[in-house]
Amino acid sequence: MNASTYSLAELCIAQCAEVWRDEGEVLATGFGVLPRLGAGLAKLTFNPDLLMTDGEAYLLSEPVALGPRAARDAAIEGWMPYSRTFDLLWGGRRHALVGPVQVDRFGQMNISLIGDYAKPKAAILGVRGLAGNSISHANSMFVPNHSPRVFVEGEVDMVCSAGYNPARWPGGRIPADLRVGRVVTDLAVLDFGGANHTPRLLSLHPGVTVDQVRAATGFPLEVGARTPETAPPTPEQLVVIRERLDPKGLRSTVFKGDPPGDRR
Amino acid sequence: MKGKPMDKRLTSTDIVARLRDGMTIGIGGWATRRKPMALIREILRSPLRDLTVVSYGGPDVGLLAAAGKIRKLIFGFVSLDVLPLDMHFRNARQAGAFEVMELDEGMVQLGLRAAAMRVPFLPTPVGLRTDILKRNPELQLVRSPYADAEEFVAMPALKLDAALLHVTESDARGNCVIMSPDPFFDDLMARAANEVFISCERIVATEKICSHERARYQPFERSIVTGVVESPFGAHPTAGIPGYGIDVEHLKQYNAATSPEAWAEYRRCFVDLDSHDDYIAVAGGRGKLASIPPPVY
Repeated sequence: MNASTYSLAELCIAQCAEVWRDEGEVLATGFGVLPRLGAGLAKLTFNPDLLMTDGEAYLLSEPVALGPRAARDAAIEGWMPYSRTFDLLWGGRRHALVGPVQVDRFGQMNISLIGDYAKPKAAILGVRGLAGNSISHANSMFVPNHSPRVFVEGEVDMVCSAGYNPARWPGGRIPADLRVGRVVTDLAVLDFGGANHTPRLLSLHPGVTVDQVRAATGFPLEVGARTPETAPPTPEQLVVIRERLDPKGLRSTVFKGDPPGDRR
Repeated sequence: MKGKPMDKRLTSTDIVARLRDGMTIGIGGWATRRKPMALIREILRSPLRDLTVVSYGGPDVGLLAAAGKIRKLIFGFVSLDVLPLDMHFRNARQAGAFEVMELDEGMVQLGLRAAAMRVPFLPTPVGLRTDILKRNPELQLVRSPYADAEEFVAMPALKLDAALLHVTESDARGNCVIMSPDPFFDDLMARAANEVFISCERIVATEKICSHERARYQPFERSIVTGVVESPFGAHPTAGIPGYGIDVEHLKQYNAATSPEAWAEYRRCFVDLDSHDDYIAVAGGRGKLASIPPPVY
């Protein structure tokens, strides 16, 4: 890849970074390779005030490159053990980018199980922190396999996070500070910013059509008269991704065959 | 006449012999870090059964599940981190082998804190609007008596009969330090429990453990500790930093041992042994275990 071409992974990293653009001094937590690279990219380009951890118990002064390194060769600016992480997140100064197994039209996420609670067809991780995260701070998502199996027709099998389902809120009143952010997928960028928080198509990755996204989404999407194309990563961003954050190329393993970002 | 200080040193066999069928046991650490695995393997060798387990789960839960020791699991997740899913937990959960109380990680913390504070519950908004309440009908709501009059989850106290923890060093009286980067919620587990049993890398003299610099690494005071066992590499295959990292290769072998034959073989090799020294030897020996680097994310 040269500076004028970019991979789908690189396009998604740049879009993941965008969720932190206007967030100020919050803890940026990206789960998985591309969300983590996105957080690093945001910090190194347009939001230097972000806090980031090393995934263990320390706050990094600067994002570190993915892959093996000596455990203590990164400069740190603080301590962030799990107990403090909960203290921080319940205070709201965090924006997480998570990888749900299912998402519904209310922005409710599932990483717990598929099927029945007592005897699930597939036991996955558990609720983890999604419930507390969802009512405390903004949460965006990365979905590498945009399909109706992920974007389900009804509610997700186990509602792990609070979302925009009025039936679950007293009097149907959804608090103004509930923030389900963007959803970056392999096809498009979505959010829940339509009328009454309906899911909405924000942009299409180059070469992807509205029909393709609709067919891959189990619920209706609000689509504007003309949907913009997802902005490509800038040449500066590509240098940061390739040389600074992921010199070993772990991003190329996320999508099968490491396809180009522009699929025309 | 001057009294003699308590000596709380026990063997891991002594510790497990003090546990009873049906007890609620809290297990310290977090996923693949600082789990009291030597004590867990001791439980596997014992006739102990019908346990209610509270854990930020990793291979501790997987081993107990594979051995059929769990009656009920109270948890927020079970994960091997680098290998996201613990297959032993997964298979048992999918078979409906035990009851579950699946909670947000933060609710587990609050339940332990409530038990530690000796209050029946702590109010929290965590869990509202999710299926956690629907799937756990025993969870009740409580209304704020103040002007806001808002509704909260009344997270019940998670009282533990015993807590099993792995720490870095302890003296014979239970003065201990956790020198790894994150103490997790071991302190709450200890305070939520009637009895606290700790395994440690080394039992050393009090003056070696504690100094004015090191005192802040002490998670709790000795008066809540019931028993201590020296168990070098006692967290293996999870990490015991400083000292050794996560043994990913061992975890892969463990996670692949899911067929009845493979599990029996894993058990024979790594669980049904005469001593912890034997375990260290079959797990690779002290030199190899000490060379496992700390995890890097």
